[in-house]
Amino acid sequence: MNFQLTPEQIALRDTARKFACEEMAPVAKGYDHTGEFPLPVIEKGFELGLMNMTLPVELGGLGLSHFEQALVVEELAGGCAGISTSMIANDLALLPILLGGSAEQKERLVKPFSEKLRFASFGLTEPGAGSDVAGLSTTAVRDGAHYVLNGSKMWITNGGHADQFSIFATVDKKAGRKGITCFVVEGRPEGLTSGPHEDKLGQRASNTVALTLENVRVPVENRIGEEGQGWEIAMATLDNSRPLTAMLAVGIGQAALEHAIAYAKERKQFGQPIANFQGIQFMIADMATELHAARLLSYEAAAQLDAGVRNTLVSSYAKRFAADTAMKVCTDAVQIFGGYGYSKEYPVEKLFRDAKLIQIYEGTSQIQRMVIARELLKG
Amino acid sequence: MKILCAVKRVEDPEQKIKVKPDGSGIVLDGMNYKPNPYDEIAVEEALRIKEKQGGGEVVVVSIGDDKFVTELRHALAMGADRGILVKLATPTDSDGAARLLAKVVEREKPDLVICGRQAVDDDQAQTGQLLAEYLGWGQATFAAKVESLESAEEKSKTPGLQIEGDRVKVIREVDGGLEIVDVALPAVVTTELRLNMPRYASLPGIMKAKRKTIEEIGADTLGVDVTPKVKVLKMESPPARKGGVKVADVAALMDKLKNEAKVI
Repeated sequence: MNFQLTPEQIALRDTARKFACEEMAPVAKGYDHTGEFPLPVIEKGFELGLMNMTLPVELGGLGLSHFEQALVVEELAGGCAGISTSMIANDLALLPILLGGSAEQKERLVKPFSEKLRFASFGLTEPGAGSDVAGLSTTAVRDGAHYVLNGSKMWITNGGHADQFSIFATVDKKAGRKGITCFVVEGRPEGLTSGPHEDKLGQRASNTVALTLENVRVPVENRIGEEGQGWEIAMATLDNSRPLTAMLAVGIGQAALEHAIAYAKERKQFGQPIANFQGIQFMIADMATELHAARLLSYEAAAQLDAGVRNTLVSSYAKRFAADTAMKVCTDAVQIFGGYGYSKEYPVEKLFRDAKLIQIYEGTSQIQRMVIARELLKG
Repeated sequence: MKILCAVKRVEDPEQKIKVKPDGSGIVLDGMNYKPNPYDEIAVEEALRIKEKQGGGEVVVVSIGDDKFVTELRHALAMGADRGILVKLATPTDSDGAARLLAKVVEREKPDLVICGRQAVDDDQAQTGQLLAEYLGWGQATFAAKVESLESAEEKSKTPGLQIEGDRVKVIREVDGGLEIVDVALPAVVTTELRLNMPRYASLPGIMKAKRKTIEEIGADTLGVDVTPKVKVLKMESPPARKGGVKVADVAALMDKLKNEAKVI
């Protein structure tokens, strides 16, 4: 096993780091405050190739490995996790098509996203179906050459700005997960409406809305895979995206650690920098160690994807551990800052709020544990 | 036109630089490196000229060991066409660098050489000038632009150097103002900070740079004596800044300004 990065990987990471420092960090606080959609930042990121990284070259992507994308995403998350979530949301939304779609569908529904900045949204979660994905109740009824979709979706990233949606609906509620089917809704057709931007605790720059589908007609050629294959496609999508969300957590945690170290060296109490105190030193040592462990787990989960190995188990380890670690690291960073850490004047309270979401979205830490246990106990 | 740019690998100025206790140099342990920021400006300017002219070639040159390939790759990722690494195991001084570059220029025959005004490591600001001297070319140092800070729209667009036939018009930053000079090509130009804002190495640029060539030339094959003529005797950190004092009233302040600081 070789832990050395290639010169290109270092260069990719450096560009992402520079972008995070110069383009994201200076505006992160403002977007966090207003919740406004950070379109100018995302436009710049798109121009630099910081989106669509793993799309195959034939679809206009860069054909980077998932490992390389993970390196980039850690840096971006350090700049602003909210903006980063909106930047990687297309990956999540286009994955069902990449994993379950035909060559024609990839050409028609994925490739345009590499040519021009557009947003696609992933629509799985519903008001009544969060962790219990199979309990979703959006329906799809076949009507000639179309399906008619009805239902509502919740917590849809970039949903207010997207013009393509990967929607999971059931063609047969009684069939449970065997009825779930994936559809791509193009544009913003009549019957599809999005609610207001949610006023969230953290990652506030990332657009999050509820979607309502009322008799939305989707042509049969926009069904991804067969009827009933949606569950499989959704799970494969989440296997793919977990290393990324894990790296978002690592990036947030790393930023908190760096702020904590800098502050501990600067802040004087009892006549000396607080970094001289063992109580602070041990906190910093644990923060760094656990973050690094989370980083390596995430790398392995990404490397398994690149090797074409099923990564359900390791990616769940990574997502669970990285999210929980980032939350702990950010909590400790706030603690090291003391009263200043609790103030919006200083950067760590934002990181603390941003980290919390990663324990929740794309499979809560509890769901990750269920996946891990299921993988270990099966057979 | 063909433009040649020199790119130096320097210690990242963003990090804390510590002088060794014996003053023989700086502590290199854990040091990060990056391309000299002035050289990035030189590469950016060359790329803008190429883009404006709709053709040409930008060649980037570095002098050093294998590690300097990283900085050349960065310039290639920004958009330069190919690289040349003059392999030299032990560091030389500004004069040695200029003499080696002169040999590369004689071989490559560019129409224009653009160098950073100085490297941020040793701050000598000599290589460009010496190079022009050894080549017998005209030179314009500290090239700047009328707009001191670029607007977003203007970024990565207009070159500050204006090529007019076989001459180049250069706006130079001089004390208290700007001077416009007109130099016959081929020439050497060195860049000031306010010439442009260098572009990012984009991800597609980085991937493309992988396939661009970096030719290696042994410094010993160029017939130049690169033994440093200048020897650094000692390095010292600047004295630590002393804390301020509070004065009782305006009269005490005036007294200190007059008699202690001697500024009024």
